[in-house]
Amino acid sequence: MTSALIGIAYLVASVLFIFGLIGLSHPRTAVRGNLLGAIGMLIAVLATLIDREILGAGPAAWATIAVGMALGGLLGGTFALKVQMTAMPQMVALLNGFGGAASALVAGGALIDATDTSVQLTVSTVASGLIGGVTFWGSLVAFDKLQELVLPSRPIRFPGQLAVNLVVALIALGFGAIIVADPSATWAFAGVVAAASVLGILLTIPIGGADMPVAIALLNSYSGLAAAATGFVLDNNVLIIAGSLVGASGIILTRIMCRAMNRSLANVLMGGGVAATSDTTADEVYAGRVKSTSAEEIAMLFDGARRVVIVPGYGLAVSQAQHAVRDLTTLLESRGIDVEFAIHPVAGRMPGHMNVLLAEADIDYDRLKEMDEINPTMNQVDVAIVVGANDVVNPVARTDPKSPIAGMPIIDVDKARTVVVIKRSLSPGFAGIPNPLFAAENTLMYFADGKKAILDLIAAVKEG
Amino acid sequence: MEAFVGVFTIFVLAMFVGFAVITKVPPLLHTPLMSGSNAISGISIIGALLSVATPNRLTTVLGFIALVFATLNAVGGFVVTHRMLGMFRKRD
Repeated sequence: MTSALIGIAYLVASVLFIFGLIGLSHPRTAVRGNLLGAIGMLIAVLATLIDREILGAGPAAWATIAVGMALGGLLGGTFALKVQMTAMPQMVALLNGFGGAASALVAGGALIDATDTSVQLTVSTVASGLIGGVTFWGSLVAFDKLQELVLPSRPIRFPGQLAVNLVVALIALGFGAIIVADPSATWAFAGVVAAASVLGILLTIPIGGADMPVAIALLNSYSGLAAAATGFVLDNNVLIIAGSLVGASGIILTRIMCRAMNRSLANVLMGGGVAATSDTTADEVYAGRVKSTSAEEIAMLFDGARRVVIVPGYGLAVSQAQHAVRDLTTLLESRGIDVEFAIHPVAGRMPGHMNVLLAEADIDYDRLKEMDEINPTMNQVDVAIVVGANDVVNPVARTDPKSPIAGMPIIDVDKARTVVVIKRSLSPGFAGIPNPLFAAENTLMYFADGKKAILDLIAAVKEG
Repeated sequence: MEAFVGVFTIFVLAMFVGFAVITKVPPLLHTPLMSGSNAISGISIIGALLSVATPNRLTTVLGFIALVFATLNAVGGFVVTHRMLGMFRKRD
């Protein structure tokens, strides 16, 4: 009877997870959706606690459970409340890793304890160990790169990388085969996890900073699939359902990110496509054509403007310029200028990164426009301001089929009447190619740090 | 084998539900989607609870570490998502 009750509770939890994700389809319902998900989790946990095995396990086990949950809850809650919005990609990377590791550890424990070792159990244990190990270490590397602690954010590549990865993957599978052949060989699970850990590191180091949105989306999907695999180990429906929902979510986001860069997943994972193959040098593009401007000059541009579009990039996050941008928006609005934001899907370091930053600065989400929504009206924009973005506004993507970013959808700022680019220097973006936008007839370069430039601009508009 | 077909069916159907639901999430909310769905993958909490409760010492230790990680994942994920979503407001 109890087990039927627990089964029903798991069903309720699964349904709440689905409703939770449905809620995320609109900002108005999203908060409630997230709460539904959390309630689902709570129900699943409470139901598990009345399981016969746990009720009968005795006070020592109960204490261990209480300590473990308190510790995890405290750490998770503290991180979640303290983390800055600009550091959200790192935070999500880390959480992905912990989820993946937990799934792998549970699968390992189940293998050690198993009395009835079916093929389903052994195969899914191996899958969970493999995916979980890759997720944990891949996420740690992604975290490190985003935080710029030890590893550089540029791709790390070495000769024969693909072959090495393949060998390590085969080693992991070899240990897995041992478990499937002889389930009592539980030591081999450590081998699976160890090889998977190395593989996770090797797979993530060649991914460059600007490709991180793909890496994080992919790791997100892995953390879900690891949970689903553990669901197969334990024959547990709610793990399978929750895991596959998350897996599906990560796969979709990965696809969206790759499409937004017009690159294949394989290309991103190899750290490829970033070598500058274009034969035009920076000098040829820029020499004598770049016009530098000042805050006062830009302030004058606003005098006759009706519609201004701001295009944020990772530079906005780096210089923490979101609040200054909000002040500029309010100021321009007060002068009857319509201000919108054009957001490229891969701007920043994770899907939706820019939206979160701008929302944090209290900018109405109705002003945040997707690329496809704003591009058709770009030629009616009086002033387009690019803050810390480069490759996602490079018109070469449309014009030069040999360019490394050829075919990548871009925000067509070059079609605006005047373009102001706020940037420290003419240094290239992640793709390593010059950007003819900076030398265009209608472009003014404002060389400065993003935040400082916007603050100066605000002062100039107020004076003018 | 029959049991496997049962759980596999659930897996495949849940994937379809996932695809159907997630494609409706606008890019505006992609970051909260990642952190929120990530919190859901903390569901391995319940596996960890069962591992802790077993008599085997090694499993208990593995289960304890898993319990800390999974709880961190779930609590951290839901809380940070809540914090983020609170920022998406409309002011008119």
